[in-house]
Amino acid sequence: MNYFGKDLATLHDDLLNKKITVVDLVQQTFDNIDKTDPKIGAFLALNKEAALKKAAEIDAAGVDADNVLSGIPLAIKDNIVTKGLTTTAASKMLENFKPIYDATVVEKLAALGTVNVGKTNMDEFAMGGSTENSAFKITKNAWDQDRVPGGSSGGSAAAVASGQVIAALGSDTGGSIRQPAAFNGIVGMKPTYGRISRWGLIAFASSLDEIGPMTRTVKDNATLLSALAGHDGHDLTSSTQEVPDFAAELNDTTSVKGMKIGLPTEFLGEGVDEGVKAAILAAADKYRELGATVEEVSLPHNKYGVAAYYIIASSEASSNLQRFDGIRYGYRADDVTNLEDVYVKSRSEGFGDEVKRRIMLGTFSLSAGFYDAYFKKAAQVRTLIIDDFKAVLKDHDFIMGPVTPTTAFKIGDEISDPMTMYMNDILTIPVNLAGLPGLSLPAGQVAGLPVGMQLIGRPFDESTLYKAGYVFEQATDYHNQTPSLGGQA
Amino acid sequence: MASRIDQDQVKHVAGLAKLELKDNQVDYFTKQLDDIIGLFETLDEVKTDNIEPTSSVSDQLNVMREDVADNWGQRGALLANAPESENGYIKVPAIIDESEDE
Repeated sequence: MNYFGKDLATLHDDLLNKKITVVDLVQQTFDNIDKTDPKIGAFLALNKEAALKKAAEIDAAGVDADNVLSGIPLAIKDNIVTKGLTTTAASKMLENFKPIYDATVVEKLAALGTVNVGKTNMDEFAMGGSTENSAFKITKNAWDQDRVPGGSSGGSAAAVASGQVIAALGSDTGGSIRQPAAFNGIVGMKPTYGRISRWGLIAFASSLDEIGPMTRTVKDNATLLSALAGHDGHDLTSSTQEVPDFAAELNDTTSVKGMKIGLPTEFLGEGVDEGVKAAILAAADKYRELGATVEEVSLPHNKYGVAAYYIIASSEASSNLQRFDGIRYGYRADDVTNLEDVYVKSRSEGFGDEVKRRIMLGTFSLSAGFYDAYFKKAAQVRTLIIDDFKAVLKDHDFIMGPVTPTTAFKIGDEISDPMTMYMNDILTIPVNLAGLPGLSLPAGQVAGLPVGMQLIGRPFDESTLYKAGYVFEQATDYHNQTPSLGGQA
Repeated sequence: MASRIDQDQVKHVAGLAKLELKDNQVDYFTKQLDDIIGLFETLDEVKTDNIEPTSSVSDQLNVMREDVADNWGQRGALLANAPESENGYIKVPAIIDESEDE
């Protein structure tokens, strides 16, 4: 079976009414993955034995009537550690790494009775926007297998979009949840920085990284965010802010009435595809129809976001990735006779090119004589980007725009040109720099490929984004469109 | 345009990061890094006098906790991830390269 046309509420009813057992649901999920994944390549590892065992336990105990996640199979991005289940971050460096603990998000989901079906492919250490930087395999876009699924959470996005799972976890440092969600026509939330604990997320850029849910519908996404969010003693940047029951707030299809929405001029400027632009302008008209005001606003420093980001994120990465030294865990080069060679050869053989590029850019930006000109300057520009958002969000409920300048590009087209690849993130990166929540949801298609709309809100105001996303989803039919994969039951 | 980073600098930076580039990679990385550093330099257009740098956007300040030791009791599982171990220790090649003593 596939998950097209289903949501958590209907699945939960089927489980409660014994239309299907958890074991059957999990087994049929694996059967479908076995059938479709040779074409999609979303998974790096499947967790069959443990998943079926847990399913049987839930069946024996009974599905929890008050918990819509009870017995639901989910997929997890492979940079989120899972106890005893190989976690690679799609790097040769961690090819055989078996974590000794579960990430907080994995623990929370497990406690709620979800079933982890497997680990999804990604760009190595979450560095990239096409999943082509995986050391292990290429993942295909669910809508066109000649195209990339986006990245870095490309495996999670393709798994949800192709109906393999109803939801998956991703992580987003510069757009890695929102961009693949957009390329695959699904819903992805990068929550406010600190909303979800990063304990057990393999660190890329610690001041930007955030875990988030990827789903078919806005409401399912909201349900998962409430399940994942909250303060965690293991991550001192995780927030003590109260976590609302986001999904419970979604019952009013008129709630954008009277809202004021900002549409930044910079989000529809040079480099943004005409078809994408048209879809977003149509979405703006839809919001006006629904009673909101949409007006043009400006984020004047937006265009500097990519430069500031690649300095800051690479600097943090160069520091975070020092831990991969071939000593305690991970890849160690053969035939090394002294300690220096263990470090140098293990890292040189274990990391892929994009990771090396970022480590070198970061090392350069932080090095003596360059720190002020690069790292400090970028950190100052970050402040200006934050101030731009603050000014607009002061008198607008949220900001809307595209997620990406184009729809999904072809596999192989951009991988040899890092600069072009980096510029794809121009509309998502500023949101990470400012630590704001950003929601990506389907807003139409251009030439058979999904277009994503991005809603950006005030810190810890995911509620408004979900409400606005839900209203748009209910007023349109884009979330019901599904790719035709052939051969699916 | 003058290059912003040359091959020697790239090799130096790689060395600082404990990376070793093959000869045929030095040229390729130098060109790419030079392009990207060119992008970084567009920030020179932005006036940042008296602007405070931002290093964190967390809303949490000075979170305190009890200083309690927590023994996870997983030495075996931890050592299983080590590339080489012996008698409960992680094994590494000699730290001092004796050939350098000459």
